[in-house]
Amino acid sequence: MKLTKKLYNWVNERVQLDDLVKFMGKKYVPIHSHSVWYYFGGVSLFLFIIQVVTGILLLLYYKGSEDLAFESIHFIMSKVQFGWLIRSVHSWAANLFVFAAFIHMFSVYFTKAYRKPREITWVTGMLMLFLALGFGFSGYLLPWNELAFFATKVGTDIAGAVPVIGDAVMLFLRGGENVTGATLSRFFGLHVAVFPGIFTVLLFVHLLLVQRQGMSEPLGIEKSQVAPPKTMPFFPNFLLRDVLFWLIVLNILAILAVFFPWELGKKADAFASAPEGIRPEWYFMFMFQTLKMLPAHLWIIEGEVFGILMFGLAGLLWMLVPFWDRKSSQGLENKFINYAGIFAVAYILFCTILGYLV
Amino acid sequence: MDHPESGNKRDFLKWVLGSAAVAWLGAVLYPISAYLKPPKQGEVEVSSVKAGKVTDIEKDSGVIVRFGNKPVILIHKATGEFRAFSATCTHLDCTVQYKKDLGMIWCACHNGKYDLNGRNVSGPPPKPLDEYKVVIKDGEILISKIA
Repeated sequence: MKLTKKLYNWVNERVQLDDLVKFMGKKYVPIHSHSVWYYFGGVSLFLFIIQVVTGILLLLYYKGSEDLAFESIHFIMSKVQFGWLIRSVHSWAANLFVFAAFIHMFSVYFTKAYRKPREITWVTGMLMLFLALGFGFSGYLLPWNELAFFATKVGTDIAGAVPVIGDAVMLFLRGGENVTGATLSRFFGLHVAVFPGIFTVLLFVHLLLVQRQGMSEPLGIEKSQVAPPKTMPFFPNFLLRDVLFWLIVLNILAILAVFFPWELGKKADAFASAPEGIRPEWYFMFMFQTLKMLPAHLWIIEGEVFGILMFGLAGLLWMLVPFWDRKSSQGLENKFINYAGIFAVAYILFCTILGYLV
Repeated sequence: MDHPESGNKRDFLKWVLGSAAVAWLGAVLYPISAYLKPPKQGEVEVSSVKAGKVTDIEKDSGVIVRFGNKPVILIHKATGEFRAFSATCTHLDCTVQYKKDLGMIWCACHNGKYDLNGRNVSGPPPKPLDEYKVVIKDGEILISKIA
């Protein structure tokens, strides 16, 4: 008997691994014209794993303090062997991760895969997407450079503009009245401990539910079928395709990280003006551009407060879509959802492009 | 068999245990929430600062001056007059700069513009910049808070 088989039997005898293998092997992936979207959840997971690995590697040299943060990243990039590569991969993979997660989210939205009985899967996914943005925002400050410093000032000030709780939230995030080394310490803690901890729990629930309930089929396809749907076993057939896609993404990541290495910029200076051409990461651009376009006052409230409340409300409604879109849960077509989705995508694209042009 | 007395006892015990659980939760959460709130740092109250010599700052330019732990923008107008304002944009906390080509105070973050009296004239800033007093004494520039 082979050693692996022996080892399997040894564990199986004690913890009944067979049951788990049976549970894992139960999943089938529906095959239809929209099957391609199923890959983006797996790609997001793959990129998240890359983030964990490269993040741990960066932790070996990074120093999370006002005086040393910038210098330690400079050290990683100039002195540590392949340090530039690890940091570049971490930064690029972060962007690809958010991008893949957005595609995954919109594909689930448009195929209405959030409908009953998958409400919890959708909500955990949305919470992970918000956390991904939190990862991006907190990680952006860690090099303690000029762009990061002002992005954090603006971002935390936005949090501070939320009525009632804003001041307390801003104080909590900044660790004081201003963005200082105290903010860096807090963001570092959130980025490497708090967010990964919460994310792992959400990911576990999300994956468990996907495994337990199987993959959703788009409404239209489900309805038009007379014969039993065509499927493919998840293990090993779909997983092997998944891995092939991961390999392609890994290659894209390697090309980006090597040929477009992530810059470090200038060290943050609390007593310098915000530099010209300052911009947030692309995934915050549509919100940044909206805040830029809003007038100082809208009726009786400040423009920025109005913008923040609108984004907050839209985000909340989006996350709760399975609970108010009753039609889709009953298997009926809900055109409003499609229009709202198209509007959201068009608005995000339009403002993002505009943000880069003006 | 159920005795009405034992039901009362059970209710009482439930109430005691419930209250103890709430008290315990409070005893855990209160220190944590208090710990998260950063302590007030003793700040040196600054009422005025020296910003250098008149000859150090050329006409039609601006510099950021440290006023305690806050940035202040000192502008030497083309007319020769000095003006000083809080350099913190009233929109979203970025630090403003003097834009020579516009002859205005400008915030790079969201394209907010202020005139040389600190008034918000275009873009998203909702309020004007706070003004500081500038006094020239023996060729030295002194910036102070307006009381």
